[in-house]
Amino acid sequence: MKKLMTGDEAIARGAYEAGVSYASAYPGTPSTEILENLSAYQEIYAEWAPNEKVAMESAIGASVAGLRSMVSMKHVGMNVAADPMFTWAYMGVNGGNVIVTADEPGMFSSQNEQDNRNYAKSAKIAMLEPSDSQECIDMVKAAYELGEKFDTPFIIRMTTRVCHSKSIVELKDRTEIAPKTWEKNPAKYVCLPAIARKLRVNLQERLKKLAEFTETCSFNRMEMGDTSIGVIASGICYYYAKEVFGENASYLKLGMTNPLPANMIRNFCSKVDKVYILEENDPYIEEFVKQQGCACIGKDLFPSYGELTPDVIRACVTGKAEETIEFDKTKLINRAPTFCAGCPHRGLFYRLGKRKDIMISGDIGCYTLAAGKPYNAMDSTVCMGASISIGHGAQRAFNAIGNGRRVVTVLGDSTFFHTGVNSLINTVYNKSNTVNIILDNRITGMTGHQENPGTGYTAKGEETTLIKIEDLVRAIGVKHVYVVNPNHLDEVDEALDRCLALDEPSVIITRWPCVLKKFSKEDKAEFDKLFSTKNKVDPEKCIGCKLCLKAGCPAMSYNKDTKKVSIHRAQCVGCDVCTQVCKKGAIVKED
Amino acid sequence: MTKSILLVGVGGQGTILASKILTNGLMEAGYDVKMSEIHGMSQRGGSVSSQVRYGEKVMSPVIEKGKADIVVSFEKMEALRALDYLKKDGTLVVNNEEIPSMSVITGEETYADDILEEIQKHVNAKVVDATRLAAELGNEKAANIILLGTIIKAMGLEHIHWDSILEANIKPQFLELNKKALKVGMDAVA
Repeated sequence: MKKLMTGDEAIARGAYEAGVSYASAYPGTPSTEILENLSAYQEIYAEWAPNEKVAMESAIGASVAGLRSMVSMKHVGMNVAADPMFTWAYMGVNGGNVIVTADEPGMFSSQNEQDNRNYAKSAKIAMLEPSDSQECIDMVKAAYELGEKFDTPFIIRMTTRVCHSKSIVELKDRTEIAPKTWEKNPAKYVCLPAIARKLRVNLQERLKKLAEFTETCSFNRMEMGDTSIGVIASGICYYYAKEVFGENASYLKLGMTNPLPANMIRNFCSKVDKVYILEENDPYIEEFVKQQGCACIGKDLFPSYGELTPDVIRACVTGKAEETIEFDKTKLINRAPTFCAGCPHRGLFYRLGKRKDIMISGDIGCYTLAAGKPYNAMDSTVCMGASISIGHGAQRAFNAIGNGRRVVTVLGDSTFFHTGVNSLINTVYNKSNTVNIILDNRITGMTGHQENPGTGYTAKGEETTLIKIEDLVRAIGVKHVYVVNPNHLDEVDEALDRCLALDEPSVIITRWPCVLKKFSKEDKAEFDKLFSTKNKVDPEKCIGCKLCLKAGCPAMSYNKDTKKVSIHRAQCVGCDVCTQVCKKGAIVKED
Repeated sequence: MTKSILLVGVGGQGTILASKILTNGLMEAGYDVKMSEIHGMSQRGGSVSSQVRYGEKVMSPVIEKGKADIVVSFEKMEALRALDYLKKDGTLVVNNEEIPSMSVITGEETYADDILEEIQKHVNAKVVDATRLAAELGNEKAANIILLGTIIKAMGLEHIHWDSILEANIKPQFLELNKKALKVGMDAVA
């Protein structure tokens, strides 16, 4: 049967067809849909882990115990998972294990660009790079077969355009795989130095075998056409290259990119006049090709950042961009993403941004948007969970400098469970006095609503133990814990006042669900009139001062003719933040 | 020859469903199809786009600037923004809808009154009141399917069995509405 699938859906399908029984992940664009799709297959046990390290370790455990397992993550997630991954490479698998990394050239939804092919090389793990959805299926299936044969985990390296592009795939049946037997085998699974030194030697032997295999691997192939230009490419760049050069070039399509096929590369380069290396981000293939003594054109012509889309390649090769329709670009307005109407982050950041002489240490989530106008309420964002620990360091420094500046840290519920909890332990243990705000919107928001340890449900939708954030932070030793409704601005102000006056660490939990969440029965029971009311502007009382617009609600707009503000009724969910911002009492509930 | 269709709009306008139906129809008709979308933070009220390419064998899922055969914009400003992508002799369909961005709401920027005029200076755009036409059918949200109808007509894809594709992708209670909407869209650019 034929079907249009995204790369993410196809990775999950490949795992299903390959008989995978265990999967774990932490959500992160553009990888999130892999586990979401895996969890929809009855035959696969799939779970959300609190972070990528935990996900990786669980998948290692399942493999060691005898099942085929998968772990998926966005590129920065691999930094978190790298610790177990590097040693896992020494041990080798029992049941096959595939590690999927979804890189983001162009940073559509990420804080950095990093080329995780370097991880495969550094950790000495075999790697495949699919170019479209059918290859996602084929490569996942091959990775389990080859991984069990060569005793190695496999990395599958995706990029956003492979993850989120749809192409046609052919669906096949699942092959059930009998679990492998687990036996006590410390010589393979206990990485003590004495054992690890032997495993390190084995790893080198395995790499040699893989280097032989990659020369004949069917995912690496030459497509000879006109030999004046030869293109070496992997992943989505293979199709970008074909778009630009068509039949007027020869191609070396690389699907297995660790180890790279040295003989095949030398052979290809000898057959063509000029070699272009098309790869996004780092000169990973290029450096290898040059090591083989082959002349090639790579990063000296093509950019090492952003996407290498066909127009970019064409402009680099021809020296001129495609002609486009010229128009008056000054008429364009900026349309950056914003907090939704009813977003529970609005009330908090509207008030927090007004505080003077504080540093706001932020984190990764929708709430990072608070850095922009109209809130201007974030001063740093680095990585998941960093808000609390960066805030701790900054507060210690301010205390030492003696300038009296206070630090407020802000992160979401899922981000707190990810790695924020470790940072809070540090804050308490090391006697800091930061104010730490946990935005508990009852779901993992930005990645599209995944369950987390605080929601009471698993990835499969089963009820589970709900970890209450207030209980957890008290257990860590935080004495001052306030749970507030962020839509009530006076509650926000009062909690901030109290916490900023303390010389001890404190936690404020802003508890109100994400407006886009599919509410659970517990949400409906806990939160009164949950987004079920409407507000309106009384035109008699509105003086057109536009103060309410500074709350940054997309449901509100100013009419130049009437000189009044109005609320778009279909968008309004009655959060009431605007009613509290208006000093004239002009915004009221509908009857 | 590979054809390129670019759908642009604002998060929440239904571009994703429209492109899903479009690509499924193209696949059923025997074309090779690729589609690329950017998810993530752009969902939160930002600009969104779906790039659809079809033909005998499609290479890149991404449309190059200056190479879209048709751009269908669900919103005026986004049509102007996407002009870069349209072929010089390509077709532009614009939904006559104005959605202010946050910078407009907070007064930092102004949404110019003459966006359609600026577009018409360069391209003979087909302006469709899809949102109003959908409201007349009983539900503003069907504007996306009206705009899908304009693509089908403009690209000469009427021979595909769109009713059965709609049946497979739309909830039964909205099916009749959307079948009508598709027809309205096809007529709007006839």
